[in-house]
Amino acid sequence: MTVESTAARDEARRSSGKRTTAKTPAKSAKPTAAKKTAARKTARASAKASGGADQPQLVQLLTPEGERVEHPEYSIDLTADELRGLYRDMVLTRRFDAEATSLQRQGELGLWASLLGQEAAQIGSGRALRDDDYVFPTYREHGVAWCRGVDPSNLLGMFRGVNNGGWDPNTNNFHLYTIVIGSQALHATGYAMGVAKDGADSAVIAYFGDGASSQGDVAEAFTFSAVYNAPVVFFCQNNQWAISEPTEKQSRVPIYQRAQGYGFPGVRVDGNDVLACLAVTRAALAHARSGQGPMLVEAFTYRMGAHTTSDDPTRYRTDDERAAWEAKDPILRLRTYLEKQGLADEEFFAALETESEELGLTVREKIRTMPDPDTMAIFENAYADGHALVDEERAQFAEYLATFADSAHQEGN
Amino acid sequence: MTAQTSAQKLPLAKAINESLRRALENDPKVLIMGEDVGKLGGVFRVTDGLQKDFGEDRVIDTPLAESGIVGTAIGLALRGYRPVVEIQFDGFVFPAYDQIVTQLAKMHARALGKVKLPVVIRIPYGGGIGAVEHHSESPEALFAHVAGLKCVSPSNASDAYWMMQQAIESDDPVIFFEPKRRYWDKGEVDTSAIPGPLHTARVARAGTDLTLAAYGPMVKTCLEAAAAAEEEGKSLEVVDLRSMSPIDFDTVQKSVEKTGRLVVVHEAPVFYGSGAEIAARITERCFYHLEAPVLRVGGFHAPYPPARLEEEYLPGLDRVLDSVDRALAY
Repeated sequence: MTVESTAARDEARRSSGKRTTAKTPAKSAKPTAAKKTAARKTARASAKASGGADQPQLVQLLTPEGERVEHPEYSIDLTADELRGLYRDMVLTRRFDAEATSLQRQGELGLWASLLGQEAAQIGSGRALRDDDYVFPTYREHGVAWCRGVDPSNLLGMFRGVNNGGWDPNTNNFHLYTIVIGSQALHATGYAMGVAKDGADSAVIAYFGDGASSQGDVAEAFTFSAVYNAPVVFFCQNNQWAISEPTEKQSRVPIYQRAQGYGFPGVRVDGNDVLACLAVTRAALAHARSGQGPMLVEAFTYRMGAHTTSDDPTRYRTDDERAAWEAKDPILRLRTYLEKQGLADEEFFAALETESEELGLTVREKIRTMPDPDTMAIFENAYADGHALVDEERAQFAEYLATFADSAHQEGN
Repeated sequence: MTAQTSAQKLPLAKAINESLRRALENDPKVLIMGEDVGKLGGVFRVTDGLQKDFGEDRVIDTPLAESGIVGTAIGLALRGYRPVVEIQFDGFVFPAYDQIVTQLAKMHARALGKVKLPVVIRIPYGGGIGAVEHHSESPEALFAHVAGLKCVSPSNASDAYWMMQQAIESDDPVIFFEPKRRYWDKGEVDTSAIPGPLHTARVARAGTDLTLAAYGPMVKTCLEAAAAAEEEGKSLEVVDLRSMSPIDFDTVQKSVEKTGRLVVVHEAPVFYGSGAEIAARITERCFYHLEAPVLRVGGFHAPYPPARLEEEYLPGLDRVLDSVDRALAY
């Protein structure tokens, strides 16, 4: 689905409400499914006809054409340095991501979940964080990891199959990638409850996607965080697709509107606008820090690539849709702005290009030299305090391996 | 609110209450979380009076969402807290099963040991109290099967007190199965004693003819069976396993090497139950000492029955003695 179609959905809700006004009050209107569909189709058609007007709820500070616009509630004033910094972050993140995709194609990684298209959502929100804030990511937050100073090659270990994460979350206050979607929203909430108990003014941010928004754990995280007024920001990157399922299969209302039912604010931001993502996340974090509890940010963006390298999006979506979103590319629009405003010169872009290539090379080199784990690592860290059965099985397995005294087994191959 | 420091007779539930109180006193990072654990003191009153003395910030009434309880406990543990969460009844744990199995059990390994998850999950379990559906189950095997978790179950007040202390001190997640039908059984608790290690079994009664191995609520049943058998001239040894993961096979092995016969008793269904694991391991360890196959007494492969039938379903004195007779007949 596209921005247009979601805009249409809001339109549909309004028009369906109007249609049933005669029977029921507009707010509690419950039109039949047939009526809803009809209304939606009409609205979608009209939205398409009008070229898809921006939604009133979408916070935007930089248009796809690279024009700065103002928003009544969210503003931002960045120095040229800061703007170039955001641009650099996005470019390097995209370069790293492309390198990882190539490495998967070359067999160096078993799988890769690309963030292509979501750079603004991740860099904007990631750069809003303080060092003492804590991040609970899903498995696609490579840009947020970049902002936290996590060594990019650390992210690749699990996709190469040498570990299941393995970095120390407390080094960068960046928790391990969570594969079972939505679970981390509760961990973030619990962590935030702890922050509040400690009397600290740090904030916690939980990343998840439109697919995970359907998970019970996300709903429970909303409930717990609201009840305990936990300083947590729920940052939902609605990239329109949960593998092959469009957002329409996850929700009948725009995701940000769910917050209202839990008693905290929700806001939709243009997820391809790094300035808006930064401004809105800063505001949400400030909201959390000041003891006002959680906030939901829905970054309206687009997964330009496949779900993962194992996915084939041609089976479920059209090239037209992707093309429409490419016109809203997060990096392109900031570049246009920087150039138009004379905030970055050719030298800057050229130097960044060189830096990008160097990053790609470094990552490639690190991956290719990443050692396989020792066979006995199977048993390591199953428990913190040890476990008699693990000890027994480890000893038995070592004994078994020793029977292949001269074979490859012994060398851990 | 000072913890008792001398030996006293306490019901098992009160022993856990005292243990929680002591943990709250000793470590400001210990938290109690669960449904109705605050003002009400829990549906079994195990947390009675704790919120009054330690405040709502440390004894936390949670929303009625088990996954949320365990999931937020994980987050609190990552922040440095040591949450002790209560699942109100055995049959209510499954909404939290994903968080327990997928996250709690695996996070330490996922982080290559760089984070610890000192979370205790208390579950009143087992039948015998005439309850409605979902209030009488014994799901311990479903947790013992999962690497990363430790599972224990006390059979008496003293163990309940000390094992809870040790579970809270553990840096691994511990599922603490509380034998709810024994909550009111009184036992001597010496709060100044020095307890043995958490994951060791204990010979609860010495004997020579056959070993009964059990844990939690079935230990009492086995002790009664052993007493009844004695009148018939049979000498049964009763091993209280105390821990279902890990299992102290050495103690069981030692006993079986002496008696040559083993009957494992638990309320949980026999099929894929912990008795199967014990039978397999002990057969391997004690093959030449066994005079009979290892027998199991437990629940059937059917949903836990309505309360009017539970006395038939649960292993009682007669069913235990029947298996004892069968083992001795080999």
